[in-house]
Amino acid sequence: MNNDELIIGGHKFNSRFILGSGKYSLELIKAAVENAGAEIITLALRRAMSGDVANILDYIPKGVTLLPNTSGARNAQEAVRIARLAREAGCGDFVKIEVINDSKYLLPDNYETVKATEILAKEGFVVMPYMYPDLNVARNLRDAGASCIMPLGAPIGSNRGVCTKEFIKIIIDEIDLPVIVDAGIGKPSQACEAMEMGASAVMANTAIATAGDIPQMAAAFKNAIEAGRTAYLAGMGRVLESGSSASSPLTGFLHD
Amino acid sequence: MIEAINLEQRINHMEYLPDMEQINSDIMDRVISETEEYDYDKYTESDVKTALSHQTKTLDDFKALLSPAAMPFLEEIAQQARIETKRHFGNSVYMFTPLYISNYCENYCIYCGFNCKNKIHRAKLNAEEIEKEMQAIAKTGLQEILILTGESKKMSDVEYIGEACKIARKYFKLVGLEIYPVNSDEYSYLHKCGADFITVFQETYNSDKYETLHLAGHKRVFPYRFNAQERAVMGGMRGVGFAALLGLSDFRKDAFATGMHAYLIQRKYPHAEIAFSCPRLRPIINNDKINPKDVHEPQLLQVICAYRLFMPFANITISTRECERFRNNVVDIAATKISAGVDVGIGGHGNNEQKGDEQFEISDTRNVKEVYNALIKKGLQPVMSEYIYV
Repeated sequence: MNNDELIIGGHKFNSRFILGSGKYSLELIKAAVENAGAEIITLALRRAMSGDVANILDYIPKGVTLLPNTSGARNAQEAVRIARLAREAGCGDFVKIEVINDSKYLLPDNYETVKATEILAKEGFVVMPYMYPDLNVARNLRDAGASCIMPLGAPIGSNRGVCTKEFIKIIIDEIDLPVIVDAGIGKPSQACEAMEMGASAVMANTAIATAGDIPQMAAAFKNAIEAGRTAYLAGMGRVLESGSSASSPLTGFLHD
Repeated sequence: MIEAINLEQRINHMEYLPDMEQINSDIMDRVISETEEYDYDKYTESDVKTALSHQTKTLDDFKALLSPAAMPFLEEIAQQARIETKRHFGNSVYMFTPLYISNYCENYCIYCGFNCKNKIHRAKLNAEEIEKEMQAIAKTGLQEILILTGESKKMSDVEYIGEACKIARKYFKLVGLEIYPVNSDEYSYLHKCGADFITVFQETYNSDKYETLHLAGHKRVFPYRFNAQERAVMGGMRGVGFAALLGLSDFRKDAFATGMHAYLIQRKYPHAEIAFSCPRLRPIINNDKINPKDVHEPQLLQVICAYRLFMPFANITISTRECERFRNNVVDIAATKISAGVDVGIGGHGNNEQKGDEQFEISDTRNVKEVYNALIKKGLQPVMSEYIYV
C-alpha cells in the first residue's frame, strides 16, 4: 500500500502493528519483530534498567523505535519519573503512559493518565497514553498533547478481543488522532476486526507471547492487521437487511 | 430595484472592521476549502446506498445524501430520517414563536425586506411595548421565544437587546436570539441577561456570491459573520443555530457547508447544542419576484433529511416560510421545532397594533392552537419547553 503511513507525533511508520516485548524469551524477540514487520516495540522500562545480564535492550534489533512504557507507575507523578528515566537511559522521546492503580484487573487510571500526559507532552515527549475508552478522557488527552489515543479492547493480558468495540468506535469517529487498540486482543481475527473498524494500529503482546510458536503468531498478526487495514481503506460493503420493508410512504405529500 | 453601488464603494468583504473581534479558529478555512472541492455530480447511486448503510454518517456520506444521485432515494432517506428523529426526540416537537422588536437595518442585502434601501415602515418597540407583546404571546401557552432585530447596532444596541432578554425571562423559560453578530463578551452579556441560544444565518457560504448580495453594512464582512457561532459558544451560550438561505446560491454546496460548519463547531465544543434552520427565499415588500429558484419542496426535504442523518441529535426548525402541508409532514420526518402564531413585522401580537413592516411573506399563518392541534392529530407531542436556564 503506497503512502498509507501511520504518523505519530510527526514520526512516520509503515507498519501498523506495535509489538510488545514482555512475557517471552529474549532470544525470540528478534524473530518476532521480523515476522511481525513491527517498527515500534514496547518495553517496560523496569526491564531495561536491569543491568548487564539479560537486559532487554540488547535483544531488540537496531532501527526499531523503542516505546518504553511506564508500567509500574501507580499515579501521574510516578509515570512522569519513569518517562524521564527512560529518556535518560537512551530510549528516545517516545513514551507509552500506563498508570495502573488496580492490581486485580490492571485497568488504567484515566485521571492520572491525563495528568501525566499533560506534563510529559510539555517536556517534548511523544506521548502515547493507554486508557480506558472514555470519549471525554480521549478529548482531555488530546487537549493535553497526546500524540495518539490507546484505548483498551479488554483487560490487559485477557486475550478476550475488542470487548469495548462500541466505545472505541466512538473515539475513532470523534478524535482526530491515531487511535491504537491496545490490550485484550487475543487472536489475529480480533486484530483484524479492530483495523476494519478504523483503528490506526493494534498493539499486542500476550497473544503472541503465549502462542505455541511465537514468531509464527507474530506473522499471523501482521497479515491480519494488514488485511483489516486494507478492508477499512477499501470501504466496507453494505450489510443488507433482510425482510424489512418501508411503512407507509412519507414523501407522498410532495405530490399533493 | 437594486440600487447600484459601485465596486469601488464596496468595502473588502473578507476584511474585519475595527471593533470586530478576531478569534483563533481554522473552522472557516476548512469549511470553505472542503465546500469548494465538493463536486456533487460525481456521487452515484452506489454512494448513496453506502451512505444509507452506515449507522454513523461520515462527511462523505453527507455529501452523497445531498447529491442529485440521492433524489431517487428520497423516500428511503425520509424513512431513515424518521427513525433517527424518533430515536433522538421520540414524538416531541418543540414550539416557539419569533418576536421582532426592531426592523431598522444598516445592511444592504438585496433579498431582504429589512434592507436599508427598501422603503418600508421602520419601527422599534420600547420596553413597555416589548412587555405587552410578550404578555400576549405568553397567554398562548408558549414558553420559548426567539427575539429578532434588524441589524442596526445604532438603533438596537446590545443593551437594548439585553433589556428585551431580561423582560423575556419573566414570561418564558427559553430565550433565543437572532440578531446581528457580536463579540464574545457581548454574547456573554446577553447570556447573563437570559438568552441561551444564538442563531445566525450565513445566508450563503460562497464568499464571492456573498459579496454580490450584501452590498453594504457590517454584514458584508463574511468571516466575522461566519465565526459568530463560535464566539457565542465562547461567550457561554448553550446552543447555536446554523443556516444557509436556500436559493441564494448553489443550495447543495450551501447545505453541505452549513452541516460541516455545525459539525466542526460540535467537535471543537462538544457541549454546544446544535440546531439547523432551513429557510428558503421568499418574496418581500417591494419585490414579489423573489423565489427559491431550484430549491423545490423535494430538494428542501432532501436537505432537511440530510441534516437529520448527518447530525441525528440536532434540532431542526421548520419556518413559516413553508406552507402548512409541508410543515405538518416534515415534523413527522425530520424537523423538531416549529413556530406558530408568527408575525414577522414589528408589534402586532394580541391586540397590539403593528408598527413596522415585515421581513418577508410568511406562508403558514396558523396560530399556536392550530399548530398544537395539528401536531396532536399527527400523533406528535407538542413541547413548550424542556429546559432550565442555569
